[in-house]
Amino acid sequence: MESPATYLHWGFILISWPNLLVILGMLVVFAIALVAPFPNHGEADDVSAK
Amino acid sequence: MSARNSDSWTLRVRQAMDRHLPMDHLLPDRQPYYVGSWVYVFGVITIAALAWVIVSGVVLSFFGPQWWHDSSVGRFFNSLHFWSVQLFFIFMVLHLWGQYFMAGWRNGRAATWMIGVVIFGISILTAFTGYLSQQNFDAQFIALNAKDAMNGAGIGAFFNVLNFGQMYGLHVMLLPIGVTFLVVAHIVMVRARGVVKPIDPEGARP
Repeated sequence: MESPATYLHWGFILISWPNLLVILGMLVVFAIALVAPFPNHGEADDVSAK
Repeated sequence: MSARNSDSWTLRVRQAMDRHLPMDHLLPDRQPYYVGSWVYVFGVITIAALAWVIVSGVVLSFFGPQWWHDSSVGRFFNSLHFWSVQLFFIFMVLHLWGQYFMAGWRNGRAATWMIGVVIFGISILTAFTGYLSQQNFDAQFIALNAKDAMNGAGIGAFFNVLNFGQMYGLHVMLLPIGVTFLVVAHIVMVRARGVVKPIDPEGARP
């Protein structure tokens, strides 16, 4: 915690590994949310929005 | 409605609420079939994180910097506040991605989208003033580096990042009130119009 973060330097891209891992984790969570089955989805009501 | 009663502003407000935000929209027990996706949960998690941010922030403001630095319970609430903010931003951005790809601003929902954009901006300012209010070397480092950017932008005279009282006051009072008020407006607007329909609900393109 006391030492500075290590950085990924690839061409013009410069980002700390902690920040990169958070962004990659968010992408993984987003992808899972798109494909993971939602509980009781089959029983959802057919209520139309405006 | 009688002519006499139409002069009553309370009646007019109530009737407008009945028209635009009936109780079955405000507290629905049924949702459209397309809401059955985890993507719609991101906004709710963001609200839950905001609730934790507010609760832990109120506790921190009661006891002050000495407590949140020196006592184990204070450090726990300090960490609770910090990590709730991390979750708030992470799930706010995931909510943003979801709404962007489903074009959540369609069918009269542009104001809802724009209020979300403003919430995002004010939240960044709130987090920034929070980092400046930590009362540690990290806060001093951020303030000393940020002052040049603020002066370069021409706002340093009335937004002085070296002024702890100003930053702390903004962080615990004005900015949280702004975020909370706009989040409530955002939710009410979502409930008034319902969740946006998918772009291609039947999945059948010609």
